[in-house]
Amino acid sequence: MIVASVGNVLVWAVWVGAAFACLASAVAVVSFTNPFYSALALIGNLGSLAVLYLLLSSEFVAAAQVLVYAGAVMVMFLFVIAYVGPRTDSPWTGGPSWQTIGAVLAAGALLVEIVVVIGLKAGGALAHSHHVGAAFGTPSYIGRLFLTDHLLAFEITSIVLLVAAIGGVILGAHSRTSAEEVPPL
Amino acid sequence: MGPGTAWYLGVAGFLFGAGALGVLIRRNPLIVLLSLEIMLNGANLALIAFARHLNNGDGQIFALAVMAVAASEVVVGLGLIVALNRKRIPLDVDRLSSLRG
Repeated sequence: MIVASVGNVLVWAVWVGAAFACLASAVAVVSFTNPFYSALALIGNLGSLAVLYLLLSSEFVAAAQVLVYAGAVMVMFLFVIAYVGPRTDSPWTGGPSWQTIGAVLAAGALLVEIVVVIGLKAGGALAHSHHVGAAFGTPSYIGRLFLTDHLLAFEITSIVLLVAAIGGVILGAHSRTSAEEVPPL
Repeated sequence: MGPGTAWYLGVAGFLFGAGALGVLIRRNPLIVLLSLEIMLNGANLALIAFARHLNNGDGQIFALAVMAVAASEVVVGLGLIVALNRKRIPLDVDRLSSLRG
């Protein structure tokens, strides 16, 4: 019994740490003036989300999150930010003030709506979750689902990635067509 | 037992709200893309929390598909930003109001 309660406290401690890191880094991404720091904060956000996924017994998604997002996507982001050059702009100035006020109001209304919906449902359906087996979320479980029930989604995902790769190449090579727009080296 | 599903959904809702705020108020398209990633991750967290709650793997499959779409979106968005930078167009979403090439 004591071992079970110690494990319980540990799970809560890890959850609180990961959730606060997640929320704080999300606020940091939105409020930093330098996009390079925002991208670094987003890496922290993705890492703490991977911890939350592990707590939800989704090992494969957590590993994919770290590999795909924190690895590949964020390296590309940092490369492009370094290529474009550091440009800082303050988050709270630069646009009309009614625009900022409206944006804050819209985001706040969205958050309140989500919290109210969760609060209304939390008493009933969300109170008891199902018991999951040891195989839930493992790579073999995900792979079996992908190759049986969700084969169409798997194939369409590959087509989406191929189209995005072609689009990236076309956008990147676009300015070669007109010679005067290529900056002299 | 650890934290219940509602706690995870609260975190997911906050992430979505913070990302929406960033998309709405920031001018730099790079930070708009980063905020978009936060919104997608909030939705992913909700999907995975419900997959755990209902003992159903479909939510995890959906989350992986969202990840693939987010990676494609980043490729196209960053390609656009690089193309804008090559044409010496200022990186400000308020000044990108015309579609003429």
